[in-house]
Amino acid sequence: MGGVHPAENKFTVDKPIEKLEAPSQVSIPISQHIGAPAKPVVEQRQKVKIGQIIASSSGFVSANIHATIAGTIAKFDKVMDSTGYKRDAIIIKAGKEEQEWEESIDLSDDLVKEVSLSREEIIKKIAAAGIVGMGGATFPSHVKLSVPKGKKAEYLILNGVECEPYLTADHRLMLEKGPEIIVGARILMKALDVDKAIIGIENNKPDAIEKIAELINGENGMMVQPLKVQYPQGGEKQLIKAAINREVPSGGLPIDVGVVVHNVGTAFAVYEAIQKNKPLLERVVTITGKDVKNPSNFLVRIGTPVNNLIEAAGGIPENTGKVISGGPMMGKALNSVDIPVAKGTSGILLIPNEEAKRGKMKVCIRCSKCVDVCPMGLEPYLLMTLTQKELFDRVEEDKALDCIECGSCSFTCPSDRPLLDYIRLGKKTVASLIRERNN
Amino acid sequence: MSAQFLTVSPSPHIHSEDSVKKLMYGVIIALLPALAVSFFVFGIGAVYVTLLSVLSCVVAEYTLTKYLLKKEPTFMDGSAIITGVLLAFNVPSSLPWWAIIIGSLVAIGVGKIAFGGLGNNPFNPALVGRVFLLISFPVPMTSWPVPFVSRFQFLDATTGATPLALIKEGVDAGEPISKLMSELPTYMNMLLGGLGGSIGEVSAIALIVGFVYMLWKKIITWHIPVAMIGTIFVLTGALWLFNPDKFADPVFHLLTGGVMLGAFFMATDYVTSPMTVKGMLIFGVGIGLLTVVIRTFGAYPEGVSFAILIMNGFVPLMNKYIKPKRFGIKKNG
Repeated sequence: MGGVHPAENKFTVDKPIEKLEAPSQVSIPISQHIGAPAKPVVEQRQKVKIGQIIASSSGFVSANIHATIAGTIAKFDKVMDSTGYKRDAIIIKAGKEEQEWEESIDLSDDLVKEVSLSREEIIKKIAAAGIVGMGGATFPSHVKLSVPKGKKAEYLILNGVECEPYLTADHRLMLEKGPEIIVGARILMKALDVDKAIIGIENNKPDAIEKIAELINGENGMMVQPLKVQYPQGGEKQLIKAAINREVPSGGLPIDVGVVVHNVGTAFAVYEAIQKNKPLLERVVTITGKDVKNPSNFLVRIGTPVNNLIEAAGGIPENTGKVISGGPMMGKALNSVDIPVAKGTSGILLIPNEEAKRGKMKVCIRCSKCVDVCPMGLEPYLLMTLTQKELFDRVEEDKALDCIECGSCSFTCPSDRPLLDYIRLGKKTVASLIRERNN
Repeated sequence: MSAQFLTVSPSPHIHSEDSVKKLMYGVIIALLPALAVSFFVFGIGAVYVTLLSVLSCVVAEYTLTKYLLKKEPTFMDGSAIITGVLLAFNVPSSLPWWAIIIGSLVAIGVGKIAFGGLGNNPFNPALVGRVFLLISFPVPMTSWPVPFVSRFQFLDATTGATPLALIKEGVDAGEPISKLMSELPTYMNMLLGGLGGSIGEVSAIALIVGFVYMLWKKIITWHIPVAMIGTIFVLTGALWLFNPDKFADPVFHLLTGGVMLGAFFMATDYVTSPMTVKGMLIFGVGIGLLTVVIRTFGAYPEGVSFAILIMNGFVPLMNKYIKPKRFGIKKNG
């Protein structure tokens, strides 16, 4: 149902993941995840090693934060993040002991296959490592793995779809870290107590499909599911529907249909955390754009300024009009290149001036293309009008809260109408009205 | 490159190639094969009527938007051109100039601007103009130039009846269909273009070419045309099987009159057709049903225009009550 086909522009498909040099200073926001911000547990001028915890989870839905370079805690400050707001962050300056890692971390490249921990131990360790959804949603992973009472997980689905144009971080990771991802999947299966895992990959990545299929040959209960190339195939609900033909009920979660979905990047992070004792310190970021000199896939320490990536990719093109954290369909436009890379930063996309501005809004010609492309079966044109007219009971009735904000409607509208902007406004208002009603 | 020049806006940050202009001009391109065949069959009259109709529609759109609606005129978005072409396609190639201008004014003024312009009109503007002309000036509106006969004359063209009218009058007079049919062009001629009628309905094949082009360019979907044509085929087929002496066969019904033109180009008008697939199918079936009823039991030989206009009236209702299949919501649940 629904969906669009934006130009893929995956310029970095053939670029192997390169380690980006650790910066001399990192700004690590204490809120890089959905949920409560972490609480700092270090003091100013304290020396820290790489991998040392610097802010700890402050609730069930929260995540630990670790030092990503060795050095001194320089200060606690407000730093602009991808939301455009200044938020609390911990700033670390590198010292001479630059390469000093936390002793427990195994830095070798040896593949450790044996999973020795128990279910509970795995979930605990994943929480300790500060792992969040690496696809960009940044929902703390241990929460997803703690299946609520009365529900039972049947399937683990690994999301290797990467349907956003331009981005190739997951694709490269599957090609280069396949064995580790498979072990990560095993660990996740154990944590969830499921015996079936499906790895969903879009058909535009035949090499990744082949590679992963080869690697899981002989592994019990795992299979690769090649998927039709269509945005937003990587949306959690769309992926579940495509992989096992179950529909997550409106207002529900994947676990309601017996599924937990994790990104392939998350599976890799889980591998490193469980088998190598390495907390989430770095991630793969695609830095790309039509005029970028050396579009690349970098392995980047969390807290590195976006500008370092841009410089490493050949500098900012003269005609850059927009800098996006994430993909062009769902990413956030940044208002500065000094913003640090966070756990959920899957890509940095530089958009040239001529594509940076939206077209002028024209009247709705009722072509019904927005209804046609909506993967959730909503009527974007109607939700926009209802929101404009402040008829929020009808916005709710017409299921605005089911909107996954994939942007297909605004993308496709021939009249350049800001459909999703209004739907977001409608959703927000409806959500607060519901809260009021329940109080 | 200083950061203060960065554009910040909510996602999505890219846009498809589609624009109103592109879609509208796509429809115009799809209409050209039919115009070309019509020029070949009816001669300069077809082109003259079409050009005059387009010109008056565009002028009407521009002036009325600017001075009546007091909005920025968007007359070049192509929608007024389409209305002009479609209006011309629904009239004889011998229609006098004053009737064309009146029709255009009614189409744009009453059919479109009175409701607030593009996007707001409930009824297909070209059909509003056409039906107004048909009711007000029945004689010039039903004087059909005979194909290939007076291609270089305009005002004193030799006229004759359309196949639909011939059959209707004949059946009413009690003659069997088979005898009436023998006086008509063959189906192959009808398909290629060679029957009397409005400018746009002369060649089914040219209209099909336009339809396929619009499908290929994803300007329209198949739902409305297929539902409408399918319904006409099934209903006229049933009637024909019931009494082949009194009712013409389904192929005749599909190839004559405005079925193709209406199904491909007028029932599919964005503004006046439903927003959901389910709605589109019901809309198409409704038009088909009404067309057959009017053709077989009504006073007019042709009913496509009326059928579309009547169903246009139901569109807001359909949009209100027919919802798309929501993800994650079971029916009745």
